[in-house]
Amino acid sequence: MREIVHFPVDAALPAAEEVLASQGMPGRPALPEKIAALLDEALQLCAQLAEPRGIMADISRQDFAAVYDGEGLNAAETPLPAIAERADALALFAATLGEPVSARIGDLFQADEPALGFMLDAVASLGADRLADLMGRRFLEILSAEAGGCTPATVLPYSPGYCGWHITAQRKLFEFLRPGEIGITLNSSCLMQPLKSVSGVLVAGKGEIHRFRPKFSFCADCKTHECVQRMASVRGG
Amino acid sequence: MDILKLISTSLEQGEDERVRDLVLEAIAQEIAPAEILNAGLIAGMNVVGEKFRLREIFLPEVLLAARAMYAGMEPLKPLLVQEGIPVLGKVVIGSVRGDLHDIGKNLVGIMLRGAGFEVVDLGTDVHPERFVDAALAEQAPVIGMSALLTTTMPAMKEVVELIRARGLQGRIKTIIGGAAVSAEYAGAIGADAYAFDAAKAVQRVKEMIL
Repeated sequence: MREIVHFPVDAALPAAEEVLASQGMPGRPALPEKIAALLDEALQLCAQLAEPRGIMADISRQDFAAVYDGEGLNAAETPLPAIAERADALALFAATLGEPVSARIGDLFQADEPALGFMLDAVASLGADRLADLMGRRFLEILSAEAGGCTPATVLPYSPGYCGWHITAQRKLFEFLRPGEIGITLNSSCLMQPLKSVSGVLVAGKGEIHRFRPKFSFCADCKTHECVQRMASVRGG
Repeated sequence: MDILKLISTSLEQGEDERVRDLVLEAIAQEIAPAEILNAGLIAGMNVVGEKFRLREIFLPEVLLAARAMYAGMEPLKPLLVQEGIPVLGKVVIGSVRGDLHDIGKNLVGIMLRGAGFEVVDLGTDVHPERFVDAALAEQAPVIGMSALLTTTMPAMKEVVELIRARGLQGRIKTIIGGAAVSAEYAGAIGADAYAFDAAKAVQRVKEMIL
């Protein structure tokens, strides 16, 4: 399976409250009027400029192990190999909101409109994250159709650069997936362009396979601890 | 309320057009440009910075105030240049080689400008030599570097080493920041300072050169 998906813009837009929470700001009732107006403008701009699309391709456990190893720079012990080993299915993916959003963010800062630029950046970052979830949902639909309606319990995305998976593994991921077809490229530092893009592996299986104790060497330096929420989201799956 | 106080409070509210009008009015009243800058614009940004530090306001409000500061600086800048008013200091900033992320770096630039520094923004994907050459050409005593990726942070060390190799240590200081780096990393590569966020960056730069 190898598929290119175009998403409706609305599906990729984060909710206003989500944007505010991501920036540590209060909900609408307590929000200063000027910030509320900025947020509305940023959401509107993102809706006008975003061209959300993604690409995914299934991958065997063996091939994924080679992609995962990348250039041999992963942390000594990481959770993903054990998770992938117990998965029902794996697919590499990359998705992007497209270049116009990233370009506009830069333009706004250049034009001395930093507040709107900042807000648009926050909206687009969440939008890109949302694309990873949308790709996961699409993978579930494909698996469900293949299995005659019998769907694996969960799909979670994992990305290079997180949880001990070194970002240089992007090179092998890109070799396998070839997301240039939807306009995503990798620079020499393994940074994706357009900037508001995501990539990684979609892991389908029972909810329990995604659980691990966040006690790895790299966990101490982690600034988000998002794994805890992710694991909670699949509890009982 | 005197006009400088009005400039300061209007800036705090992020009222860019009002700030520009008030600055023009202050110029017309023959108030010294340096006084308009220090007692009006910078005083307002200092209040904004302090409120932000105390979490009384949010980052977008700081940025709206920064926009108001730029609006006020527009008519004032030629007069400051004409009168040879020195800026607080000059800082060269940029995202290091291979790194195209610039939000954090932009925020640092905005906060530094708001505090009265002159900022030379080299943009993204800046090669080590360019940082050092720019600092020398601009006579900037501080280089600020940002990196979001573990793959790009080694370029920070190259800049620090280049400064040493050219015998410029002490004359050009370095400050680093960004998601990939930490105070420990700054210490390990010999950078002079690390800042967790844009507000801290301003504080550290002040400590370094004032």
